[in-house]
Amino acid sequence: MFYVSIFFQYMAQYMKTKLQYRADLLVEFISDLMSQAVNLVFLLVVFGHTSLLHGWTRDEILFIYGFFLVPYAVFGAFFNLWDFNERYIVRGEMDRVLTRPVHSLFQIILERMELESLLGGVTGIIIMAYASARLSLSFHWYDILMFILFVLGGAFIYAGVFVSLATISFWSDARTSIMPMMYNISNYGRYPIDIYHRVIRYILTWILPFAFVGVYPASYFLGKKEWYGYAFFTPIMGVIFFGIAVVLWNAGVKRYRGAGN
Amino acid sequence: MDKYIEMIRIRFLMMLAYRTNYYTGILIYAINIAAYYFLWSAIYGSKSTMQGMSMAQMTTYVAISWMARAFYFNNIDREIAMEIKEGRVATELIRPYSYLGMKTMQGLGEGIFRLLFLSLPGIFLVALFLPLRFPTDVHTWMFFTLSIALSFIINSELNLLAGIIAFFTLNNEGLLRAKRFVIDLFSGLILPISFYPDWAQEAMKYFPFQGISYIPSMIVTGSFQGQAILHGLLFQLVWCVLLLIPIQLLWRAAKKQLVIQGG
Repeated sequence: MFYVSIFFQYMAQYMKTKLQYRADLLVEFISDLMSQAVNLVFLLVVFGHTSLLHGWTRDEILFIYGFFLVPYAVFGAFFNLWDFNERYIVRGEMDRVLTRPVHSLFQIILERMELESLLGGVTGIIIMAYASARLSLSFHWYDILMFILFVLGGAFIYAGVFVSLATISFWSDARTSIMPMMYNISNYGRYPIDIYHRVIRYILTWILPFAFVGVYPASYFLGKKEWYGYAFFTPIMGVIFFGIAVVLWNAGVKRYRGAGN
Repeated sequence: MDKYIEMIRIRFLMMLAYRTNYYTGILIYAINIAAYYFLWSAIYGSKSTMQGMSMAQMTTYVAISWMARAFYFNNIDREIAMEIKEGRVATELIRPYSYLGMKTMQGLGEGIFRLLFLSLPGIFLVALFLPLRFPTDVHTWMFFTLSIALSFIINSELNLLAGIIAFFTLNNEGLLRAKRFVIDLFSGLILPISFYPDWAQEAMKYFPFQGISYIPSMIVTGSFQGQAILHGLLFQLVWCVLLLIPIQLLWRAAKKQLVIQGG
C-alpha cells in the first residue's frame, strides 16, 4: 500500500511539472508520432509492391506493429534508464536514492517516468483497430484480459533486458553503448519471426526475447494457431526476465560504493 | 584555407581519442543492415526483381546507404543550437573565421573519421555475412565518390539551416527531430525512392532529400546507368548551390537579431 501511495504522489508531482512546459510536451508528442509514421510508411509503401511477406498479409503485419507499440509505450513510460550510468552513478545521485526507505529501482522508475510515451500505445491501439477491422477478426470477452497480460509481459521483457544492462554500471562505470545497440536489436521483434535466419530466431526467442513483445503475442489475436504456445509463454518470459533483472540489480546495489563525496 | 584544414584535423584527432565508442557503432550499423536484409528477402520472396532492382542490388543498396550515412551524418545542427543556447556563439562570432564554414569543416573531420573507422571495417564485416555485389569498373567508383561528397554538402547545408533557425526560436529541438525523420524517410535510406507511389516520387523531385542517400546508392549498385548517373549528379549539384541562398539570407538576418542568453 505504501508503494501505491508513493506511486500516486510521484505521478501528481510529475503532472504538475510537465504541464508547466506545454510547448515541450507537444513537441514530444509530435516527434513520437513521426517516428511511428516512419515505420508505417515503410510498411505501406512496401505492401504497394507485394501482397504477402513470407505468408503474412499487410494487415497482419500492421496488426503486429500496432501491438508492439503498446508494450513498448508502457516500457518507454516507466523505464527510462538510458542515462542511468551518467545520472545516477557518475554524478552520485544513487547515494541520495539509497538513503530513502523505498526500493531503489522503484524510486528511479518513478523519478524518470515519462508518461507522455503512453500516447504511442494509443497510436498502437488505433493501428490494431484498423487492421482487425480489415481482417474482420473476432474477439472474446477474455481477450481483453489476454491483451493486458501480454502487454505487461512484453513490457516486463523489455524492462528486464534494459534494467539488466543498466546494472552493468554498478560493476564498471565506463560508458558503454550497449543500450542503443539493444534498442536496434529490439526492432527485430516487430516483424514475423519466420523471415529471419534460424540463429537470429533462436536469439530473439530465448536470449533477447524481443519476439515476445511483438510477433508471438500478436499471433494469438490473429488466430495463428502454430504460434499459440509461444504466445501464452509471453507473461512467463516477462516474469523470468524481470526477475533476473531485479536479482542483478540487488546484487549491484550491494556492490555500489558511490562515486561522489 | 589552412585554418579550415586544421579544423578538420583537430576534429579527426578528437574522434580518434574516443575510438572505442565506434566498435559498437560498427555492430549497430551491421545489425540494422542485417535486419533490412532479412526484411527485403521476405519482401522479394520469389520475385527476381522489384522496380528494376534485383535482390543482390537491394542488399548492396542497403549496406551502402547505411555505411554512407556514417560519412555524411553529423550533428552540427545540434552543436549550433547548443552554442546559441549556452551563449558560446558570441565568442565564436568574433573569431577570425566564418562560423558556418568552421562548423562544416568540423563535420567533415567527423565524417572522414567515421568513413575510415566505421564504414570501411563495417562494410568488410557485413560482406562476410551478406552477399554484397560491388561494381568493378573505376568510373562507377569515381561517380560514387563525387556523389557521396555532394551528399555530405547537401546534408550539412540542411543541418546549417536547421541550426541557424535556432537563432530565431532559441529552442528548436522539435524542428531538429522532425528534420531527422524527414531525412530518414525521404533520403532513400530505409526505402529506395523508386518504390514510392508515382505522385510521391514526383513530389520528391522538388526537394533535396534524395540527393543525400538515394542517388549515391543507386550509382554504386549499378541501378543508375549512363544518362541517369549524370542526371543524379546534376540534381545534387544544383541543390548544393540552391541551398546556399537560404543559408546566406537567414545567416545575415540571424546575426542582426542575435540575442546572447547569458554568457
